[in-house]
Amino acid sequence: MTTAHDHGGDVRLTGISKTYGSFTAVHPLDLTVPQGSFFALLGASGCGKTTTLRMIAGLEEPSTGTVRLGEQDVTALPPYKRPVNTVFQSYALFPHLDIFENVAFGLRRRGIKSVKKQVGEMLDLVQLGEQARRKPHQLSGGQQQRVAVARALINHPKVLLLDEPLGALDLKLRRRMQLELKRIQTEVGITFVHVTHDQEEAMTMADTVAVMNGGRVEQQGTPADLYENPRTTFVANFLGTSNFIGAEVAEVSGDDVILKAGGGKLTLPRARCPAPVTTGGTVLAGVRPEKISLTHADDAGTIPSGRNRITGRITDSSFIGVSTQYVVDSPACEAFEVYAQNIERDSRLVPGADVVLHWNAAHTFGLDAEQSPFAGTTGPAGADKAEEDA
Amino acid sequence: MAARSPLSPFAAFFRLLRRNVVVLAGLGTLGYLLLPNVVVTVFSFNKPKGRFNYSWQEFSTDAWKDPCGVADMCGSLSLSLQIAFWATLGATVLGTMIAFALVRYRFRARGAVNSLIFLPMAMPEVVMAASLLTLFLNMGAQLGFWTVLIAHIMFCLSFVVTAVKARVMSMDPRLEQAAQDLYAGPAQTFLRVTLPIAAPGIAAGALLAFALSFDDFIITNFNAGSTVTFPMFVWGSAQRGTPVQINVIGTAMFLIAVLLVVTGMLVGKRRARKSR
Amino acid sequence: MTTRSEAAPPGTDEAPARPARRRGRLVPYWLLLPGILWLLVFFALPLVYQASTSVQTGSLEEGYKVTWHFATYWDALGDYWPQFLRSVLYAGAATVLCLLLGYPLAYLIAFRAGRWRNLILVLVIAPFFTSFLIRTLAWKTILADGGPVVGALNSLHILDVTSWLGATDGDRVLATPLAVVCGLTYNFLPFMILPLYTSLERVDGRLHEAAGDLYARPATTFRKVTLPLSMPGVVSGTLLTFIPAAGDYVNADLLGSTDTRMVGNVIQTQFLRILDYPTAAALSFILMAAILFMVTFYIRKSGTEDLL
Repeated sequence: MTTAHDHGGDVRLTGISKTYGSFTAVHPLDLTVPQGSFFALLGASGCGKTTTLRMIAGLEEPSTGTVRLGEQDVTALPPYKRPVNTVFQSYALFPHLDIFENVAFGLRRRGIKSVKKQVGEMLDLVQLGEQARRKPHQLSGGQQQRVAVARALINHPKVLLLDEPLGALDLKLRRRMQLELKRIQTEVGITFVHVTHDQEEAMTMADTVAVMNGGRVEQQGTPADLYENPRTTFVANFLGTSNFIGAEVAEVSGDDVILKAGGGKLTLPRARCPAPVTTGGTVLAGVRPEKISLTHADDAGTIPSGRNRITGRITDSSFIGVSTQYVVDSPACEAFEVYAQNIERDSRLVPGADVVLHWNAAHTFGLDAEQSPFAGTTGPAGADKAEEDA
Repeated sequence: MAARSPLSPFAAFFRLLRRNVVVLAGLGTLGYLLLPNVVVTVFSFNKPKGRFNYSWQEFSTDAWKDPCGVADMCGSLSLSLQIAFWATLGATVLGTMIAFALVRYRFRARGAVNSLIFLPMAMPEVVMAASLLTLFLNMGAQLGFWTVLIAHIMFCLSFVVTAVKARVMSMDPRLEQAAQDLYAGPAQTFLRVTLPIAAPGIAAGALLAFALSFDDFIITNFNAGSTVTFPMFVWGSAQRGTPVQINVIGTAMFLIAVLLVVTGMLVGKRRARKSR
Repeated sequence: MTTRSEAAPPGTDEAPARPARRRGRLVPYWLLLPGILWLLVFFALPLVYQASTSVQTGSLEEGYKVTWHFATYWDALGDYWPQFLRSVLYAGAATVLCLLLGYPLAYLIAFRAGRWRNLILVLVIAPFFTSFLIRTLAWKTILADGGPVVGALNSLHILDVTSWLGATDGDRVLATPLAVVCGLTYNFLPFMILPLYTSLERVDGRLHEAAGDLYARPATTFRKVTLPLSMPGVVSGTLLTFIPAAGDYVNADLLGSTDTRMVGNVIQTQFLRILDYPTAAALSFILMAAILFMVTFYIRKSGTEDLL
């Protein structure tokens, strides 16, 4: 197995872009996927993530830029000459071949004669040894998915590309396959590049996530980093939910920035601000719903000092088991979302109740106020299929 | 619906009739379609008095015992089979190529190509027959086997294109991409993935071409010169006298076809059951 | 078929210049070339020759010359308009009959046949394998004078009605327009049934239940749901029936008489017996133009251009 110092399996995209006529699917982008990592390209349909993946596979010719695998420039190589394999969306299993032959396909094309042992082992790895002589249409969705993975992995590619591989599965099966894929990746140590529109899936599986929007990479990092320190409202909204307060910078004192918002004051760590903060400028102060505590207005005195606080009135609440989700109307922000763990439920917290929202000031993050606070909120599963049509 | 008092048998019968009026009408049409085949079969056992086999005289198996007993008939049958074979081959190859080009590639003049494919199917046969004969006469071509073959490939082509196109269109382009991704070059991809998956469409097109060519009369009649295919033999005998053997051939072809199709269906069903 | 260029260098050291991979832009043209050439030479070119022949004058002995003699068209129309009219009438009647007879059977196969579906489909197609000339000759037996069919029609007084309409002649069916229409209907019925079946098969059976659930009685369901959804089949079925029927001369020849000759018969005789090529070419050109005109109009009218 290769070590972390071996860069033979690095995927390096340099200035790569794709245009169809006047439509730009992917703006010139640079991206490095380190050897052995599980990398996710996350974004809504039509954001250019699949096009990027297909350019790595060689199924799409980039308009500009180069694709390198380790030291090798593969930009000009057709897909069948690249040491890269793909798990296709809806699997693309050959309907006229049985499972064994589907898995053996790549080996046979490379002129390997004795495939029986390898295919057997690979089918055992994905727990389909029994089904070897069945046709793809006789298998369930989850089984087909595993055949698709086995068919690609058996070739020991330098990089395995997965194009929404779990999109056709139901929720439970999807969760199981996520763990399964993660296990396989750890076991074989191959670089995985995974395209998905499901933020939860990307965060569960990937070491590194690149969030794409409108043909550009908005931000790249570990799931926790992306979640805690989003740099754009799009990332903040696409990964989980965020509340935004439009605020004016009152003063900068030491490591903190003091903001004026809705008649109150908020503290924001300077380190979590977009680069230049000037007094009198505006900023979007963001906070995740689960970081917020909810206290009934009558008990406002019990709130420890030093916390950011905002007053408001509950307009809606929904009980979803592990937590209760509240919508709070406040002068600072119209629809504040608050997720409260169901540990001890305060029976007074019902729609109409006056409440104080408060949270640890360190959990506040600042974003450039020039952007829309609603970017990326329209649900990840858009109906726009422009990307696949490419 | 409210419970009703028991219907009189008459009313019950009428209700049954009304509910199944579509079935009855459909079966009536089926009868209309099959009646001539029944007549052909029955009259293959006839022993006609005159030259024409149009009215029943007496039962006889003479014709079945000696199917080739009529001068030139089996020769014309074999000629028809040969022409159908080569026309099928030619039309299938050319038509499959066109179908692939139409579905898989972008090119200029697509609209014109589509019209050129569609027009032969929307043209009365007699028009194509007559105009093709004009061409052959103008070129001074010798009418016979080759002119018939050329004509048959021409009118079968469009049907093959249509059949293959439908199949290729419903084929997921990702399958070919998957093959390419798995180290199959263009030639390998075509042979190992595209062709096997398109095969049912190509087979359907070929079968249609064979049937059309084998049974064609009008275009052949114009362009065959003195060459006599089986349909032309039947046409000629309709003027001179119809031997019973014609019915024998007609019945045999019908039975063979039904037998082949039914066997094919049973085999397919068993295979599906086995692999389940 | 695999002339796609593989310009990509197998090595890795050369920095490939763009565009490095030519995706074989000529491939579609090579694929199209032989077949399209075949159609151009043996389908389109003959039509041009025929157009030119139709305006030639001359004789077999002295040869023909293009003299732009358009009078041939007028003469042909003047001499043979009854045959043209008959072609349209007979083919139209056969098409309507095919639709009326074919729809129930297609409906039966699509929705009511259950496990018999494949068998019935086979039975619809199987007659094709017996030469259509042999099957058409069988109608001579079926409709023979004094036979059971004619006897039944006669005793039901149906022949009186058809006689009055001019479709039959006394107590004869053979050698009358009715026999020709009957033969045409029979011959082209499968061409109506198969497209009808294909489009009916695509109709989701649950739509019937949905319509019923929304207070539509069976007849209304058919009129408002099934029939509109099967329109593509109706249009292609009627075209596939009408076009060949209008150009047919076999049925008129075998089952009809000199009073039932259609335009196909005229073209055939002019071409193969009388050898008056300009007249035959003009007739066939008029037939083609008329049919193309009607087909275009019909397709526009029925709003199914995408059918092509």
